[in-house]
Amino acid sequence: MIPQDWALLVSALLFTIGVVGVLVRRNAIVIFMSVELMLNAGNLAFVSFARALNSLDGQVIVFFVMAVAAAEVAVGLAIIVNLFRLRDSVFVDEINLLKG
Amino acid sequence: MVPALFVGFSALLLVSALLVVLHRNPVTSALFLVVAFCALAGIYILMHAEFIGMVQIIVYAGAIMVLFLFVIMYLNLGADPERGAAIVMRRLVGWLAGAIVVAQAVLLLAGRWAIGPAGPPLDPSVGNTQALGVLLYSKFLFPFEITSLVLLVAMVGAIVISKGRGGKPNSSPDPSPEATFMGAGDARVSPMLRPGDSITPAASIAPAGEESP
Repeated sequence: MIPQDWALLVSALLFTIGVVGVLVRRNAIVIFMSVELMLNAGNLAFVSFARALNSLDGQVIVFFVMAVAAAEVAVGLAIIVNLFRLRDSVFVDEINLLKG
Repeated sequence: MVPALFVGFSALLLVSALLVVLHRNPVTSALFLVVAFCALAGIYILMHAEFIGMVQIIVYAGAIMVLFLFVIMYLNLGADPERGAAIVMRRLVGWLAGAIVVAQAVLLLAGRWAIGPAGPPLDPSVGNTQALGVLLYSKFLFPFEITSLVLLVAMVGAIVISKGRGGKPNSSPDPSPEATFMGAGDARVSPMLRPGDSITPAASIAPAGEESP
């Protein structure tokens, strides 16, 4: 039996790594990967709570989160491909079309 | 045995997640992300969420990572050039924000908290997949149907977005007048379809009523 504190601590650390990745990197694809890390941290917390509460609802929510993540990745990568065609770059600090 | 495996999988997960963030080559980042997802699937299986663990490997480590790697190699990205004062500033702010987030999490976990009342123990004679399936088609039937709608909209949206709108609005080094919906940007990305190569005349690819620059 895994103590729930451990799982929640791992989830928090994984979420933090995702936050740092979004803030530190400038490659849009790596930023997307960091967002995936944060989604997985949330999934880990859901599964650990589902285990602690003897309930399966958390696992169903994880299933939905995975479906939404797949949809988000497809649309996001399409946007990145389009951005690369437009600007020849995937670096987010070079995408400043809205700056006056 | 199970706590030792959990610690091992967690260490693998955190180290490979850190390498995803820290490595400068996006392909290497993506491959470390596959390792992280597989370690997470191991943790799910240790927590008796076998179906979720298998779906994690199939969907995340399979489908989503193939999509990531496909796009990285399609765009032909190399290692990120990162230098200058702005990147130092960004790193400083990023790690500071990360320290704040992890301090908050530790404070929350160290404080007084308790989970709600646990339900009755699950029936051990019913498998995890069967129990999830029953739940998915009874209690969560409406969100399940909405999920199919979300996937359909995402599929149509991804196709429409990546189809593009035609030529480049900004200053293009090679102004090709016959740039159709394949776009001048496409010719650079995939040199096999350069408009001058006349495998197929570019004008005949475009549908008749399509918007053209």
